[in-house]
This record gives sequence, C-alpha cells and structure tokens, in this order.
Amino acid sequence: MAKASRLAFGETLAELGEKDEKIVVLDADLSKSTMSILFAKKFPDRFFECGIAESNMVGIAAGLALAGKKPFACSFACFLTGRYETIRMSVAYSNAPVRIVGTHAGIGIGEDGNSQMGLEDLALMRALPGMIVLQPCDELETKQAVTFMAEHNGYSYIRLTRQKLPDINSPDYRFQVGKGVVLADGKDLTIMATGSTVAEALEAGKVLQEKGIRARVVNIHTIKPIDKDLVARCAKETGRIFTVEDHNIMGGMGSAVAEAVCETHPVPVRRWGLLDKFGESGDPEELYAKYELDAAGIARQAAAFVQEK
Amino acid sequence: MPEIAELKEIAGKIRIDVIRMLAEAGSGHPGGSLSAADLVTALLFAVMRHNPKRHDWPHRDRFILSKGHAIPVWYAALAEAGYFPREDLLTLRKTGSPLQGHPDRNRMPCLEACTGSLGQGLSVALGMALASKMGGSPFRVYCLMGDGETQEGQVWEAAMASPKFKADTLCAILDYNKAQIDGYVKDVMPLEPIKDKWVSFGWHVIPINGHDFEQILGALKEAAETKNQPTLILADTVKGKGVSFMENVVDWHGKAPNAEEAAKALAELGAN
Repeated sequence: MAKASRLAFGETLAELGEKDEKIVVLDADLSKSTMSILFAKKFPDRFFECGIAESNMVGIAAGLALAGKKPFACSFACFLTGRYETIRMSVAYSNAPVRIVGTHAGIGIGEDGNSQMGLEDLALMRALPGMIVLQPCDELETKQAVTFMAEHNGYSYIRLTRQKLPDINSPDYRFQVGKGVVLADGKDLTIMATGSTVAEALEAGKVLQEKGIRARVVNIHTIKPIDKDLVARCAKETGRIFTVEDHNIMGGMGSAVAEAVCETHPVPVRRWGLLDKFGESGDPEELYAKYELDAAGIARQAAAFVQEK
Repeated sequence: MPEIAELKEIAGKIRIDVIRMLAEAGSGHPGGSLSAADLVTALLFAVMRHNPKRHDWPHRDRFILSKGHAIPVWYAALAEAGYFPREDLLTLRKTGSPLQGHPDRNRMPCLEACTGSLGQGLSVALGMALASKMGGSPFRVYCLMGDGETQEGQVWEAAMASPKFKADTLCAILDYNKAQIDGYVKDVMPLEPIKDKWVSFGWHVIPINGHDFEQILGALKEAAETKNQPTLILADTVKGKGVSFMENVVDWHGKAPNAEEAAKALAELGAN
C-alpha cells in the first residue's frame, strides 16, 4: 500500500479527535489539501477556518494552546515558514504547545512548481529553540508521529508529503521521537534519508549492492533532536555518511547530521538534496529523476561519494 | 469596585514607578507606558477577575500586552496588585531579572504571552477568546494595542477573523497616543479613519478619552455587555501623559530619563 503522509495525518487526526476533546484544528483555506478537512467534517465546532491569513492562524493557535487546547495549525510548509516571526514569538518563545503541520514538502509536489514547495522549512523550524521537527516516511510512521504530537505537551513541527509514500515499516513498528531507524545494514557507507527519500534510499541500497557497495540505510524521522548516538555509531562503523532529502541542503536534515558527525566522530559527509536551488514545475517522478532524488540518482551519487578518496 | 478617586491614586503611583524603573534601567519606553497607565489601572483594579495569589487560576480574565514595549506600566500595575514585591521593579532589564525588557512569560509566569514583536497580540488574544467560548470557563480577554503597531498586516487579519468567530469575550483596546519611534503616526503611516476601519471590519467600536476613568469603565462595561461581536475601545490618549516635558514628544517613545529628568518627572507626579 502507498499513501500520502498528508492523508495519513488527516485520518489520524480525525481518529484522535474522538478520544481527546482538547484537540482543535486550524487551517488557512487549504483543508482539502492538508487533509485537515477530515477532522473539520467530523468536528466542525473544533475546527477554525482562518482564511488565507496564516500569521493570524498561527497566533490564534498560540492563544488556544495557552488556554489549554491542543491545536494543530495546518498549511503548506512554504506558507507557514513565511510567518516565521509569529511562530518564533507567539508559539516558540511564548512556549505555546502548537502542533504545526506543514504539507506539500519539496519538489515531490510536482506541477505547481516552486512557489508551493516547502524547501527551507526544516532549516527554519530547526533554528527555533525547543522546536521538535519530524518527517515521517510512511503511513504507519505518520500515524504514530501525529499521535506523539497530540500527546506531547510542547510545540512541534511535522513535514508531510503531497505524493504517496510506500509502506516501509512493519506493522509492529514503534515510532520513538529522536531515534533514527536502521532499515538495512552495511559497512561501506551510511545513507541517511527522511520522509519521501527513505523509500528511494532503500532502493538505492539494492542498486549499490549489485555494484558491491554495502550501504547501511537509516530513516531519520526526527530532524530535531537529531539522533546523535546513532549518527556517531554510523560514522564510526561505516566511515562515510551520505544524506538525502527533498529540501535545500542548507540547514536541513543533512546539516543536522553533519553537525552531529563533526561533534562526535568526524568522517566525510555528503549532503544531497536541492543544491541551494529553488524547485520547478514538472511531473514528480521526472523531477525526482532530474534532481537525482530517485533510487538511481541516489545510487549514482552515493557510489561516486564512496569512490572519492 | 474602587472609587474613581482611588483609581486615580493608583494610576499616579504606577506612573511614578514607571519613571523610577526606567531611570534605574537606563533604557526603556516611557511614552507608551504613561499613555496606557489609566487604561491598565482600570482593567487590573476595577474590571478583570484575577487572583494575585494564583496567577494560573483557569477562570481568570486574560490580558495580552500586544504593545510589549510598554511592559513597565504592566509590571508596575502587577506589583501594586501584589503579584510580586514592589522592590523587584527596580530590576527591570537587568541580567537575570524576570522583568525582561519585553514581556517573557517563561521568566514571569503571570504574563499570558511573550510579546514585543508588534502586531501579534490580537491573534493570540482571539485564540484565547475562542477557547473561552468553547465551554467551561467563559473568561474575558483584553488586548492592549499600540496605534503604530496596527500598521502590521497581521492585526488586520485578526480584525477580520474576530467578528467572523463572533468573539464577544474579546475586547481590544487601542492606545491611540499618536506617536511612534520615527515620528507622529499620521506622518509615518496614517491610520485614519481608525473608527470607520474597525467598524467596517465588524467590530463594536467605543471611542473614549483614555485618561477619563468614568469613560474607561463605561466602555469596559459596554464591551462586556456586547454580544456576538468583539469590541474595540478606541482610547484617545496622550503619549507621555503626566510628565509635562514628555507629553506628545516623539523622542520620549523609547528613551529613559536621566537622573535630573527623572527627578523633575517625579516631582511633577507628586512622588515623595
């Protein structure tokens, strides 16, 4: 099965709403795209349509949170980061437990093009003191990450995809915040992926295997706090780390990993993703091929990295 | 409810504390603190339901100081009400003090939000007002805004949303003192016709003299009785009110009085 993580989020939120009356949801005229509409239909009295005014939505969410509610504030990742100062002051600094939901991550959204692509959100959210930053890779992980956010009494950010993601985790999988997951073992390098690139990285691992390169593949679903212990262990045991994400390489998951590597066990790191570029319109799969975020591209880039001295 | 004479006396004490605090700190914002002194006095000492011994009482009315730079006036009012010892006021802006230069609820939990980046308070207040209408605890939410800060776009997003949500537990108060850092509001970025703007957005607007306690109390009562729509009290005020050489002088927006100026101001305010 494959499902967009935004849809898995919407379904989970509608379920959680039954158990927890404190959950309230806000959207800024994108509920049909963020999938918060699934909650809105079920609990209209706990859903606040804020119109195309994301700053106000974030501020209202902060007020609701400070008054004891559990708000999920939803929009496209790129529009939320545009309201960064409100997130910084009214949510983070005010210690208001707002759950921020940024959908339409990366070039994976395809045809709508750069203006709708969240490509800098991880960098910005990561820079806010105390912000938990999550990016699940499949339906099950999304479900559990959203449940964690609802239960956690603090502010957090989750990054979700427009496109479908194949199932990666087995039914007995248990999401643990801040703990990376080793999906395949290997000794020649570690490929660390997050969200949409996890499935591609796993496939890339198989391609590399055929070339005699044994890649360890790790799912970094929590970008902050980064799993420093696991990063250090991978650095030590595989000697090289290749990170891949559908995000600018500046400040994203790769940066978080590189920082951890430098501070624990310095080894060569290659960050792969959008190379300090904006996105563009196109078929999502064609874009992943063009920007080498698909399995073939990742395998190519990772192989070149391993062969470097 | 205290007599008006009593409120005037409290407001006088608060103004004196503001001058003392700023002089001791050596920086801060006297103009907008003094213009709001009567408004916050009426709120905290005659209108709001609150408990200085239990700042986290869930049914308390909420106060959001959207114009966060005027926080000295609120600190002075909180100390007068018994939230913390008055001598703490003189730690304003000092390293390690809970009295940060702009409101910080992490260091002072009786503050409802962190503000100081202008234009955000009304949205937060609206969120609290929505929570108050969701049952259980119909507290009221007061949001004090500066005039200059309503140049921020987010204010108008909140201005549009509050009537949509029929946020009648929300009362915004605009401290219309007509000056901001770079000059007079009318020159920096004109706001008039202010009343018409808020009325057209769907607010119940009550224009008053923001230094007349009868009018302030009357407007706050009218706001509480107004149903199905939010209220904006448009308070005509004087920047630097109470200190002759600060009144309506733009430069006193954001500079502290030196020792000599402070002594002169305190004498005018009748400090012992």
